[in-house]
Amino acid sequence: MKRYNFGYFVHEGVHNIFLHGFMSFAAVGIIVACLIIMGSFTLVAVNADSMLKSLERENEVLAYVNESLSDEEAQALGAVIEQVPNVASCQFISRETAMENFVSQYQGDSLFTDMDPTILRHRYSVKMTDISLMRDTVKALEAVPGIAKVRANLEISEGFITVRNIAGAVSMALILILLAVSVFIISNTIKLATFDRREEIAIMKMVGATNGFIRWPFVYEGLLLGLSGAAIAFFAQWGIYGLVSKQIAGNDTIHLITVIPYAQLAAPVAGIFLATGFLVGVGGSLLAIRKFLKV
Amino acid sequence: MVRLIDVSKAYDNGTRALESVSLRIEDGGFVFLVGPSGSGKSTIVKLLTGEIRPTSGRIMVNGYNLNTIRDGQIPFMRRTLGVIFQDFRLIEKKTVCENLTFAMRAVGTSPKEIRKRVGYVLELVGLDCKLSCRPCELSGGEQQRVAIARALVNNPSMIIADEPTGNLDPTRSFEIMLLLERINALGTTVLVVTHEKELVNRFTKRVVAIDGGRVVSDGMDGYYQNEKI
Repeated sequence: MKRYNFGYFVHEGVHNIFLHGFMSFAAVGIIVACLIIMGSFTLVAVNADSMLKSLERENEVLAYVNESLSDEEAQALGAVIEQVPNVASCQFISRETAMENFVSQYQGDSLFTDMDPTILRHRYSVKMTDISLMRDTVKALEAVPGIAKVRANLEISEGFITVRNIAGAVSMALILILLAVSVFIISNTIKLATFDRREEIAIMKMVGATNGFIRWPFVYEGLLLGLSGAAIAFFAQWGIYGLVSKQIAGNDTIHLITVIPYAQLAAPVAGIFLATGFLVGVGGSLLAIRKFLKV
Repeated sequence: MVRLIDVSKAYDNGTRALESVSLRIEDGGFVFLVGPSGSGKSTIVKLLTGEIRPTSGRIMVNGYNLNTIRDGQIPFMRRTLGVIFQDFRLIEKKTVCENLTFAMRAVGTSPKEIRKRVGYVLELVGLDCKLSCRPCELSGGEQQRVAIARALVNNPSMIIADEPTGNLDPTRSFEIMLLLERINALGTTVLVVTHEKELVNRFTKRVVAIDGGRVVSDGMDGYYQNEKI
């Protein structure tokens, strides 16, 4: 592309934006709204996923060993437990260690001192690879010979899985719907510009302008609208996210939820927003100009 | 050079606009293409500019075979042509100079070349003093001269004028024809599509008459000489 042509294309693109100021404003507004809605649901899904991962790391299932097994047999059971699908690791906790842990929780309470460890059972602290398979893994552990009982917090893990799945599905559906809406709006804005300049386009075609030459100013217009929308949406998302994080941190009932700091997410969010703005802007303008080039 | 060999054109609605038309225009020639409304004159112009393709037959324009030309090559073929319309088709919000600059920019000409060429062409059509006027400030004849200047500005080897005097009074029409004759004398092939008998008969040029989609006469005898058309 020649330098003077590039300047001409950009000039024409910017000129078109101001020529149809209201439509351009509407297009940018719609892109911002779409990106914020899309971004918010995606960020909820990302946070739910992150909490689920931390649960996977921290959440453990306790598998109690049958009392009839000797100490050696109980310790040998670890190898069998590790063979169970979805088990990441297991740690043997003797009844003595379990008693120490128990007593340490009630330090200073004379009621629990001098208790006989034999009232407790040997146990295994089992960690899983995928917490969403917890129910099946618990069943598999219960089926291991020598395991008397398995205790797991199924409700908490399943709650997070539900939130992640819903947020994931909703954000996916929203991404598709809002992308289509954004492309439609941008496309209409560009269509308006091309309709307004249809005479010029016809003359350009008649004197021998290539389709590329005619297309570029409109592509730049769409690109500028898309990128402006993305930039505004990025900062608006930052503000909204910060506000919600502060509310969560200050709320006694939900402050246990850990929110990922926006600084950690800023780069991918900026990248995704800019890429979406680029695709929506350029895609919309190419879609709009197509029919006007058939002269 | 332009060649039409046995060209027929039927539109999608069934209208047969041309029937086995053959025509040859040599480089540097001046030809009037005449005929009544609906005779097929505009179809020939559209075929020559690559707006439509023939149903059958072969068309060659300035070295381009329009039967086999790829879509991407059509703009380059059009750069060898300058087209003038009855309604001028000037951009109202642009000045005379900008209308010409626009046409040159559309084919990727550099600003330096544009500055050189625009002045020369406007002088040729006698409008160098109207550089910064808008079309609405010009008379019909002047507007058509701007359209001629725009057609010439990219230095085409052929000018196709489709009813260039349809909106002008006889005096202005004659002036436009004289201008086209002068352009032709400078080496540009000129094809004038018209139905104005008196105007055509004032020039001793080749006249191709078309009626009902067929060429009915081709010679230097003027228009409607035998009143058969």
